[in-house]
Amino acid sequence: MAFVDDHPLEAKVARSSIAVAIIAVAVGGLLGLLQAWFRTGFLRPFSAVDYYAILTAHGVLMALVFTTFFTVGLFTWGVTRSLDRGFHDRRFTWAWFALMVLGTALAFVSVLGNLVGWIPLHGAVLYTFYAPLEASPTFYLGLAGLVVGSWGAGVDYLWSLYAWRKENPGERIPLQTFMSVSTMLLWFLCSAGVAVEVVVFLVPWSLGWIPRVNPLLTRTLFWYFGHAVVYFWLLPAYFIWYTLLPKFSGGRLVSDSIARVVFLLFLLLSTPVGVHHQYGDPGISQGLKFVQMTSTFFIVLPSLLTAFTTVASMEHGARQRGGTGRFGWLRALPWENPAFSGCALAGIMFAAAGFGGMVNAGLNVNAMVHNTLWVPGHFHLTVGTAVALSFMAVSYWLLPQLTGKRLRFRTLAAVQPYLWFVGMVFMSNAMHREGLAGVPRRTSVPQYSQVAFNLPITGFDAVHLQIVAGAAMLFVALLCFLVVVTATWFGRRGEAPLAVNGHVPEPLSGPDAGPRILDNFKLWVAVAVVLIVIAYGIPLASIIQHGLFAPGSAPLPT
Amino acid sequence: MDIHRYEKIWIGVSLVFIVGLMASIVYGVVAVGATTVGDSGETVAANDLSNTTFGDPGGHWASDDHYVVNVVAQQFQFRPGTREPVVVPANTTVTFRLTSPDVVHGFEVVGTSVNAMVIPGQVTVATTRFDRPTTYGVVCNEYCGAGHQNMEGQIVVVPRETLRNASANGTAASLAPPAGDAPDGGVA
Repeated sequence: MAFVDDHPLEAKVARSSIAVAIIAVAVGGLLGLLQAWFRTGFLRPFSAVDYYAILTAHGVLMALVFTTFFTVGLFTWGVTRSLDRGFHDRRFTWAWFALMVLGTALAFVSVLGNLVGWIPLHGAVLYTFYAPLEASPTFYLGLAGLVVGSWGAGVDYLWSLYAWRKENPGERIPLQTFMSVSTMLLWFLCSAGVAVEVVVFLVPWSLGWIPRVNPLLTRTLFWYFGHAVVYFWLLPAYFIWYTLLPKFSGGRLVSDSIARVVFLLFLLLSTPVGVHHQYGDPGISQGLKFVQMTSTFFIVLPSLLTAFTTVASMEHGARQRGGTGRFGWLRALPWENPAFSGCALAGIMFAAAGFGGMVNAGLNVNAMVHNTLWVPGHFHLTVGTAVALSFMAVSYWLLPQLTGKRLRFRTLAAVQPYLWFVGMVFMSNAMHREGLAGVPRRTSVPQYSQVAFNLPITGFDAVHLQIVAGAAMLFVALLCFLVVVTATWFGRRGEAPLAVNGHVPEPLSGPDAGPRILDNFKLWVAVAVVLIVIAYGIPLASIIQHGLFAPGSAPLPT
Repeated sequence: MDIHRYEKIWIGVSLVFIVGLMASIVYGVVAVGATTVGDSGETVAANDLSNTTFGDPGGHWASDDHYVVNVVAQQFQFRPGTREPVVVPANTTVTFRLTSPDVVHGFEVVGTSVNAMVIPGQVTVATTRFDRPTTYGVVCNEYCGAGHQNMEGQIVVVPRETLRNASANGTAASLAPPAGDAPDGGVA
């Protein structure tokens, strides 16, 4: 029995969410290819101004829509499977899903308004939408709909957990539910910042109800959310690496308790780090920036713990498959299985990205790379590979269980993760190198007339070629993924055995080896709130000392 | 909790690594003086700069060893910087004071550690020293609207005495060549 037979409603919710995610990654990926070719000067079929609307759409679709929809789909599966119980009220479930879709459509159409004359909306403000650049109210309302809708998903998981606990008093929370719920609690805490920014300030301001907003305040509220959101993207990938990658490797997770500790560390530390995106900002003292740098560096710890546990679990799997030797076991891993290879390659990329992230996190070192092409080079390794490639990889395993249909074009699927990996090596490496030479991000031109950038070793032709070719490979990899999932989706049910099953093996060291206090979410949320108040209380108080709207700025439409 | 001996070692090494990272930053701040932008405590009325120090932007000597340049970053130019370059003295403490009358901009002096945000209503203060006479490019590295890709400029570093004499004679503006082609090739 596949998941779709046991829980048809939840399978439909998960499937629908993942379908929206796939549409977002398809459109966003095409726009990404256009952008990479445009800004290197390789192909310029539209104007330098249109570039920013396309960049906004790419960022919103990939970083916000693809990630959020895939995550709620994945967690819907994980919570339902691990608790073996369905959602409470299907009307509530479909209501949050509909709100997410409606919000996405509203935001997307607003951005499209910058490209299409007859749409009377505008939204080319990039996915950071810093005031006083102003989008139509529909852009902000759309994003709010997407976020608030996703809160509904979190409520559904908590609701299921609450009901399960009543029926199973004293039992440890199943690991997949633990991870989904702790990620959603993090999401509630951090997205409150952007919700306040949008609902209290930007929407009334873009409607003309309030004349001015304080751009430093709205920006700080954005970054209160803006770094934690990267963990909201990353933790679903960790969910996959902890609970499914060991199985794909042929073994079992080494330690359940370490996994719980890691997720709790993220719950505690994700939000009080956002100011490290504002090291170059006026109006925030260096001392306060230093405080948040400290928590930023400590958030490296859960990722280093994850590196140990996931590699140890893979080694365990490889040895079960007959692997031997100090490193020889690596050969025994199922590199031909895209669910495995995609996750493993994603993990390798994430390790590389981690070191780049430590550069970004350094209070003073950051000035070398701040707002240069290094930064998108960095996050194409994190969200663009560690997360996106893990999502694609797990789709090859999960979609058959959500649809009841066997995976099609398995050879194409087997090649896809490698193609993505190599394409990203080229593109991201070139972006990092241009960034070190000072080339800014978020610009539509390949060169400036008054500015020289000194790129060591090779010239700009070579790195531009890497970006053009890397983006092309990524796009081909994306097409492979789309062909596989679309063909699978439109295949016939019951035609062939699924070849996968949803059984998740027990960890070698189970939950009972760890203290029960790990499962006390109320306690951990309380600690997280205290840390947020410590980290953000003083900066926010200082920013609003002249009033909530002062020093204020009037809107400037894009 | 079962923690394998190797994992305990790994956690220990990780913590040493993290503390080492922070120590390297502290060393940079304390020993090298590599700091970042802080809170200047100054705010301005963004939509009307006429009665502020940014009403007539440009450079002036604050003391014998301190040159201050007020720069307005606006859609889509630096004043000064874009139409005429910013002229600063070599081997002197140079403070850039920056603000914006419209949207958020970036002020990145390419090839240096000056890389700061300019936010309407706030005054960004960035201090540095340039060792020798040369020319630097400046780019706006935060998206600021449809003409963002045109927002660039130059900083010309001249010998300290040259600028001091020119300031005394009122001829400082003539030190700067007209803004034009990028130095040294200018391919990006």
